[in-house]
Amino acid sequence: MTQTVAVIDYGSGNLHSVAKAVERAGQSRVLVTADAKEIQSADRVVLPGVGAMGDCMQGLHERGLDLVVLRVIHEKPLMGVCVGMQILTESGEESAGVDALGVFPGRITLFPKSMKNRKGHALKVPHMGWNEVEQRQHPMWNGIADRTRFYFVHSYRYADATAEFAVGICKHGTPFAAALSKPNVFAVQFHPEKSHDAGIHLYRNFLTWDGAC
Amino acid sequence: MGLAKRIIPCLDVDQGRVVKGVQFEDIRDAGDPVEVSRRYNQEGADEITFLDITASNENRATTFETVSRIASEVFIPLTVGGGIRNTGNIRDLLLAGADKVSINTAAVFEPELVRKAAEKFGSQCIVVAIDAKQVEQGHWEIFTHGGRKPTGLDAVEWAARMVSYGAGEILLTSMDRDGTRDGFDLGLTRSVADAVTVPVVASGGVGNLNHLVDGVVQGHAEAVLAASIFHFAQYTIGEAKEVMAAAGIEVRL
Repeated sequence: MTQTVAVIDYGSGNLHSVAKAVERAGQSRVLVTADAKEIQSADRVVLPGVGAMGDCMQGLHERGLDLVVLRVIHEKPLMGVCVGMQILTESGEESAGVDALGVFPGRITLFPKSMKNRKGHALKVPHMGWNEVEQRQHPMWNGIADRTRFYFVHSYRYADATAEFAVGICKHGTPFAAALSKPNVFAVQFHPEKSHDAGIHLYRNFLTWDGAC
Repeated sequence: MGLAKRIIPCLDVDQGRVVKGVQFEDIRDAGDPVEVSRRYNQEGADEITFLDITASNENRATTFETVSRIASEVFIPLTVGGGIRNTGNIRDLLLAGADKVSINTAAVFEPELVRKAAEKFGSQCIVVAIDAKQVEQGHWEIFTHGGRKPTGLDAVEWAARMVSYGAGEILLTSMDRDGTRDGFDLGLTRSVADAVTVPVVASGGVGNLNHLVDGVVQGHAEAVLAASIFHFAQYTIGEAKEVMAAAGIEVRL
């Protein structure tokens, strides 16, 4: 039977690309939805997000979907993307005073100013473009070569790359977490839907992931 | 290893058709922006920039539809520019599937639009396009209307101001070099790239693949944009990346 993937629509911009990429990845019915019942009855859930963490949290909260997210991760696999990953942490420097979902401990902070690469050139913020992700053992990486490049665009990041739940590490000036995971949750800072074949492959892995780390 | 320098083919689109002639042998309809985008995507382009050069109100619907079709099947970032006047235009393009929008003339006449747009949609999707001409040695001025109208604005200062207003990227075109195939204006590119904290995309004048290398190595650009060398299938994106990699530049291969 074809499985259903709910892409949570909470007013955070265009979800067209995410939905199309999941459709491209394999047999599934993709629902872009803000309906709690649809999200709860889906087989898998994608939590996207662009813009500021505070706006995203507000968008979720206004629709009562923050609690839905916290509930579904006990039942089925959820994939967080970009700010959808960031709001799974506790809070963010960009939106001080706003409590995020707290699925992972720690907070999201701005890249430091005046970062240099090893040639002494200034590093730009936003961190925009294709960067390598160093993988930690995880079934979601199956079939994707270590250090494959994914497309990033962000100015804030999860700086603790040594956290035990950091399963993908990227470096821009200093290392940061490109992927976080715990049972049923896999969240990435980059945009798989903008990362060409590697990104589609990751969504394909998500469609068969049993939620185990 | 770190962030790769980006190669961005640019499509100039007039009333829903790619202009400047695209001559790929394996493309059935060389004027269809969707087919051309698909081809660049297969060749390994890091992003695609779509410039709507009609930009009249009647043709907006065509643009949205084209952007939406490209975004449905090309899974790399898409920047759309041309004729953006207000935040409503930006919202419509983002909803159609653009990842970034490029604001050009409107930023000159209404700089606050950049601030409003960055606050509303986030800096990550707001590109400010700057068309500059050298007016004296080491000084470049912003021109509008295809390079005909001077504005009195210094290009380097203007770029810094746009970044302070929230621009997440600068698309910098030398009007002196555009169409010449003589290479980027490296002095301009480097002056702007060194003056701002956000990525600068170099544009205007690419005639061969070494020009792309120069834009990154000497111009300090984060990304290089070209139209005609790719359109006429003079070079593929893959060949461009090989030349850049051979010059020691990190690229996504």
